[in-house]
Amino acid sequence: MTEILRIEGLQKRFGGLVATDNVTLDVHTGEIHALIGPNGAGKSTLINQLCGELRQDAGVIHLAGRDISHMPAHERVDLGLGRTFQVTSLLEDFTVRENVGLAVQARDGGNFRVFDRVTARRSVWEETDHLLAGSLLNDRRDSRAADLSHGEKKQLELILALATQPRLLLLDEPMAGLGHVETQQMIETLSGLRGELSMLLVEHDMEAVFALADRISVLVYGQIIMTGTADEVRSDPRVREAYLGTEDA
Amino acid sequence: MRKLILPVLLIAIFALMPLIAELVGKNALMTLSARILMYAMAAASLNLILGYGGMVSFGHAAYFGVGAYVVGILYSHWMSEVPIFGLFPGSNQLLVTLPIAMIVSGLAALLIGALSLRTGGVQFIMITLAFAQMIFFLFVSLTAYGGEDGIIIRRANAVPGLNMRDKTTVYYVILVVAVLYFAWLWRVVNSSFGQVLKGIRQNERRMEAMGIATFRYKLYAFVLAGMGAGLAGALMANFLRFTSPDMMHWTKSGELIIMVILGGLGTFFGPILGAAAFLILEFYLADWTEHWQLGLGIILLLVVLFTKGGILGAVDRLKGGRQ
Amino acid sequence: MILILEQLLNGLQYGVMLFLLAAGLTLIFGIMGVINLAHGSLYMIGAFAGTWVATTTGSFWLGIPAGLIAAALVGFLVEATVIRKLYARDHLDQVLATFALILIFNQMIILIFGRQPIFTPLPEVFYGSIEIIPGLFYPPYRLLIIAVGLLVAVGLYFLINRTRVGMLVRAGSTNRDMVRALGVDVRLLYTVVFGLGALLAGLAGYMTGPILAVQVGMGEDILLATFVVVVIGGVGSIKGAFVAGIGLGVVDTMLRAFLPTILRGFMAPSDADAIGASVSSMGIFLLMAIVLLIRPKGLFAAGG
Ligand SMILES: Nc1ncnc2c1ncn2[C@@H]1O[C@H](COP(=O)(O)OP(=O)(O)O)[C@@H](O)[C@H]1O
Ligand SMILES: [Mg+2]
Repeated sequence: MTEILRIEGLQKRFGGLVATDNVTLDVHTGEIHALIGPNGAGKSTLINQLCGELRQDAGVIHLAGRDISHMPAHERVDLGLGRTFQVTSLLEDFTVRENVGLAVQARDGGNFRVFDRVTARRSVWEETDHLLAGSLLNDRRDSRAADLSHGEKKQLELILALATQPRLLLLDEPMAGLGHVETQQMIETLSGLRGELSMLLVEHDMEAVFALADRISVLVYGQIIMTGTADEVRSDPRVREAYLGTEDA
Repeated sequence: MRKLILPVLLIAIFALMPLIAELVGKNALMTLSARILMYAMAAASLNLILGYGGMVSFGHAAYFGVGAYVVGILYSHWMSEVPIFGLFPGSNQLLVTLPIAMIVSGLAALLIGALSLRTGGVQFIMITLAFAQMIFFLFVSLTAYGGEDGIIIRRANAVPGLNMRDKTTVYYVILVVAVLYFAWLWRVVNSSFGQVLKGIRQNERRMEAMGIATFRYKLYAFVLAGMGAGLAGALMANFLRFTSPDMMHWTKSGELIIMVILGGLGTFFGPILGAAAFLILEFYLADWTEHWQLGLGIILLLVVLFTKGGILGAVDRLKGGRQ
Repeated sequence: MILILEQLLNGLQYGVMLFLLAAGLTLIFGIMGVINLAHGSLYMIGAFAGTWVATTTGSFWLGIPAGLIAAALVGFLVEATVIRKLYARDHLDQVLATFALILIFNQMIILIFGRQPIFTPLPEVFYGSIEIIPGLFYPPYRLLIIAVGLLVAVGLYFLINRTRVGMLVRAGSTNRDMVRALGVDVRLLYTVVFGLGALLAGLAGYMTGPILAVQVGMGEDILLATFVVVVIGGVGSIKGAFVAGIGLGVVDTMLRAFLPTILRGFMAPSDADAIGASVSSMGIFLLMAIVLLIRPKGLFAAGG
């Protein structure tokens, strides 16, 4: 199996609006596949269908050859599908360490135990500290998530997703709102993960997309208008017209 | 060590209450103290779902009442020696009735929770309220068990080796059960499950993205909470030697929420302090005017509109201010 | 057959009452996101104020504006002093604050009117009963209630579907931010909606006076049934409130009227009466459970 993700004819309507229109797409194993498109194109809606938060009206989703179209969100996570949120979605009252710890614990199991002490689960906290040690948040581990800067929250989003040990990571605009330095850091973090897992990367920052992506798909008004390499996308007149033409000089 | 100060202090106060009541010659104090213990248990069980889990259940008195009725019904069948449904014998043994009360109220919570937790937000509040009221009506219409008047229990349940005719003995039995219950609750909120529950309160969507099937955990907490309230209700039936549908009237559910809020939502000792504050207030206000609920209403309104975090929150702020 | 028709009319009458209350409640939920337990208090205030004016002046008709005005005034007052502070709060604070209002209003009514129920004098036109169809005699006052309820339903339909305010209300119940984005004075809209809800509650309260006793606690009993209506109809949906209100009114009335008799066919009369009474008082809640199993958001959920 060379495709970790295969989507066929995915359709989602919100009333009269077709947010994703017959989307067919695949992500190769080990690949970083970028999904670009103007605001409102349906990128987040697509991500939400993939992870099971939204139910598609039509179409099928295969993860590593397995049909997950009708699987609840939490089961997809067990099969190795991780995601980050465009608008950061954290456990705001918990510290960074507690956030990551709970993500590790969630994957590790034993979540119904009522008689253990969560602070005494050594394997969970060792893994948590290991994840944090290799991250930019190591010094912030005891800060409340609510007190983090925007850039730090974006980093935590990513670590939480990684803690579930995904095979395929769905990233919804991980660089949105980041400054130049933070963006570079995020690019580095993501490229450091190359080879370990596959990614579907939704991003507006073209520099980041061109730096990271093996292939790029372009979504406009809910439809994939093309998929190709960075060069192919750059030179495609349809893309220039629909997307780059409006933003890029 | 410092963590132990408050629990030890609380246990000491409650343990000394019968003596104090005798010293000042006010028996009502022991009754008040017992009521605080039992309502604290019920409020704490509500706090598990409301404070730690973020589920605004407005029907928690139902499980309290079901627990009380289990004791009453078992007692009346034990008296009449007629088996329940012709199958199960009645009982007057506390060590039998308490577990059964917990099981039955847990089952009620399982049924109601499984339906109510399919929704959220205002619907959840209204549905839990409505189902609790349905149980209220169920008991009102059970004429075999006294209907609106309820069941009179001549004698508190027996415990081998104890003289349960003595009010003070009953009081200490309640105290022991309450201490055990709070010790258990302490384990729960600090367990793996407790951590998941706290996570769900903060951000259910995130928990789903971590692979947690939130519905199951919420339901589990809902059932545990129902069992706790049932236990408290079973004790109440023994203490009052009486059960009636009034115990599960929806205003009682409101009062339980008030206790949780007064003490401090999602704090471990909050429900104890909240129950104490509420019942002491009621005790003195009701002594003073029959319109004490007017005072309660005004205080509650002011607390909700102008304070945050209840009694424990205020204490924290005071501490913070001093530092 | 006549008996069934008569009970159907009774159910319809109860149903429109539920609708009057549920319409306001569901709009307040839908548009402001506020759960208002004190809605039943407005119903009670309408009943007491109207009945008091009616008994002192001796005119039933003068009671109507009195009940409406009192409920609306208290409604505006409550909105301005309490509810407005709750829009941005979570549901728990809303529940507690409006629960506090119930306690306060109940005690104030007791202080003013005492605990004894009072009764609304009915004008002579409404005495006796009239023959609607051959053999079916029915009290004209109940017919009046049905007529008023249906008129209000039609009026609300036009208000919601044909006016600017209605457009905002509809927009507001599906997308609150959009209304704000349109540059509408949201605060004014909220006050208007709350006032309208209070008005309908007051109307329902006064109209029920001659049928049920006007007493403290009357608001809470019907509030719970109203919640069931709102949940079944779908939060925020007037149409849902209408359908569910009438439906529940009829189901509840029919169960109470006929279930014990039906059960007597199978079991001892005393058992039949007990079980019949219990099942019929639980009937609407069971219905709610069934609807929720099939449609967790209610029959006509707004938005989603
Ligand atoms: N829950 C929803 N209900 C109705 N419309 C929605 C919903 N979510 C997204 N939309 C609409 O679907 C379109 C695609 O949105 P989205 O997927 O967020 O776009 P993108 O992430 O590409 O910017 C937009 O027009 C948006 O307004
Ligand atoms: Mg997006």
